[in-house]
Amino acid sequence: MRRIISVLLENEPGALSRVVGLFSQRNYNIETLTVAPTEDETLSRLTVTTTGSDRVIEQITKQLNKLIEVVKLVDLTEGSHIERELMLIKLKASGSQRAEIKRTVDIFRGQIVDVTSTVYTVQLAGDSDKLDAFIQAVGTTGVLEVVRSGVSGIARGEKVLSI
Amino acid sequence: MELLSGADMLIRSLQDEGIEYIYGYPGGAALHIYDALFRQDKVKHILVRHEQAAVHMADGYARASGKPGTVLVTSGPGATNTITGIATAFMDSIPMVVLCGQVASTLIGEDAFQETDMIGVSRPVVKHNISVRHPSEIPEVIRKAYYIAATGRPGPVVVDIPKDMTTPNERYEYEYPKKVKLRSYNPAIRGHAGQIRKAAEMLLAAKRPVIYAGGGVVLGKASDQLTELAHMLGHPVTNTLMGIGGFPASDKQSLGWLGMHGSYESNMAMHHSDLILAVGARFDDRVTNATEKFCPGARIIHIDIDPASISKTVEADVPIVGPVDSVLKELISLVRESKAKPDKDALKAWWKQIDEWRAFHGMRYEKSDTHIKPQEVIEALHRLTNGDAYVTTDVGQHQMFTAQYYKFNKPNRWINSGGLGTMGFGLPAAMGVKLSYPDDEVICVTGEGSIQMNIQELSTCKQYNLPVKIVNLNNQALGMVKQWQDMNYESRHSQSYMESLPDFIRLAEAYGHVGIRIDRKEDLESKLKEAFAMKDKLVFIDIYVDPHEHVYPMQVARGSMKDMWLSKTERV
Repeated sequence: MRRIISVLLENEPGALSRVVGLFSQRNYNIETLTVAPTEDETLSRLTVTTTGSDRVIEQITKQLNKLIEVVKLVDLTEGSHIERELMLIKLKASGSQRAEIKRTVDIFRGQIVDVTSTVYTVQLAGDSDKLDAFIQAVGTTGVLEVVRSGVSGIARGEKVLSI
Repeated sequence: MELLSGADMLIRSLQDEGIEYIYGYPGGAALHIYDALFRQDKVKHILVRHEQAAVHMADGYARASGKPGTVLVTSGPGATNTITGIATAFMDSIPMVVLCGQVASTLIGEDAFQETDMIGVSRPVVKHNISVRHPSEIPEVIRKAYYIAATGRPGPVVVDIPKDMTTPNERYEYEYPKKVKLRSYNPAIRGHAGQIRKAAEMLLAAKRPVIYAGGGVVLGKASDQLTELAHMLGHPVTNTLMGIGGFPASDKQSLGWLGMHGSYESNMAMHHSDLILAVGARFDDRVTNATEKFCPGARIIHIDIDPASISKTVEADVPIVGPVDSVLKELISLVRESKAKPDKDALKAWWKQIDEWRAFHGMRYEKSDTHIKPQEVIEALHRLTNGDAYVTTDVGQHQMFTAQYYKFNKPNRWINSGGLGTMGFGLPAAMGVKLSYPDDEVICVTGEGSIQMNIQELSTCKQYNLPVKIVNLNNQALGMVKQWQDMNYESRHSQSYMESLPDFIRLAEAYGHVGIRIDRKEDLESKLKEAFAMKDKLVFIDIYVDPHEHVYPMQVARGSMKDMWLSKTERV
């Protein structure tokens, strides 16, 4: 099952490599990984999406917790949560394609953030399925380049991950 | 406040930490530190002949004393040579701090002479590692390193020290921190009361219980509590290879150790049990055999300081995260106060069954009129040392024979590389023990394959006068490899025979020690006595044992715990 694990990590050199190393060392999957400092500059927030049986996920969270630099973590998929991923996508756009793409971008509530006579660069945020659906809708033949940020997530309601 | 250079701060920190011995080898990036070491006499340095041995020495010391060992090496090859030793300690949860020199911080990343990313290289085999980024951090880093190494589930910590952190003429205020607090590291200090209560109820209701006690009992200094609880309950106890000595082997409730080469009765009892109390054990594959066939009728209570060890390979019904000594203490008082009492009739029937298994097999081997059997050597060692020696081993058949036939009644005396299985461990580990326990008998049981992996340390033994006894069970082959080839590869002995063995007697003599060869059965006892009478000498005892002997019992691969070979021809 797909899981989103959110981690508060000491913002120190080498801390991220321990997390990444753990996944390869123990044969766990990383589907996406995002990391950036938080409002408290001594902490980084890391979000990793992974797949595995319940037992594997339990091991992943336990092994992550064992890393000295991991301060706290939560499996967001255990409760209701919001997940977002940002995509920048460059599409071939000339002639009649331009209006069609514009319409699709509007439907997906994206924005065209850069324009040339033959290319649109589109920005789109949403959960990963929505981004996949957009790529499918515009058709892969017109896609010149895709860059995705990986998933960030946060719990709904009053639950917070903080120290 | 005193002003000290980084190098002096490092050595002062070791003094303030109470470190008596460090084991190491100098080199360019560590020279400021070695100079600081020279200018004091509280911390004593033992110069090994290869860095791997320094780590095993620290490891042997840590296993015997329960305190962290300390290693000092230089950057690059000095640091990388420690990796096998660090991995050995990591797998067996041994507390240790490894101080590594590093090229100056201004050179890092430039492929400088003797530069290796030790933080990166060691990452998968350490509990933690820390790079010093400013000389003034050194006291805090050292305090933290020992704190992390020794608390919770212990393990090795590497400290990487770039050369410019120890420059002699840059001085900073020195104060050794009294306490260390890490917001991200808080090992459990007691188990969950509700879970412990549940465990006590289950233990009192059990009809076919087994206590399965691992290395955590030894590391967690909980042998007394384990023994008390087992006696109160009247339950049988089996130890893991790492847990040997955690429960007295001569106690009538002891089943010996379990797993691949464990006793018949312990494996049978595990398989047929209805309740397993796992204490500081990790359901290692060498214990469980095929996990899907593991102990089908048993519910499992699992006590461990490391939550990640619980339900990793085998699901626990009642997980208890906490230090084993405190959890066992709570269990003892709950059992004592409980109105419910152990089910006497059920336990009587269970013991009757266990006694039948014991009578059916027990620990036995076939004697020979012509050959010295490795097992009888170990039995003789046990007799001659009153079962009270510190015994280290290397890895292979000799290790299994020693674990089977030297009956340990005390913890911390059986010292082997159980998790990583590191050949070359035995001699340096024995040296580390002997240095700190000079009045005790320290034996390294080894084989002619393993001993050659760190034989250079005979020189270190001479320099520091470390009169350990080396018992070489010489079968002129890599015995365990050969056994597997006999059993699984139709006796095709691919690369398991050693041609051109050295004359170990002359080799020992060349290093300034005594060598004794034993190749006749009738000489075994008398020559061993002769060797052990030489209290102040290292004696290399080269014993020619039956080259065809196999280790039994041996679990059948991919079977359950009860599927075993009992000899070359009997399978149950």
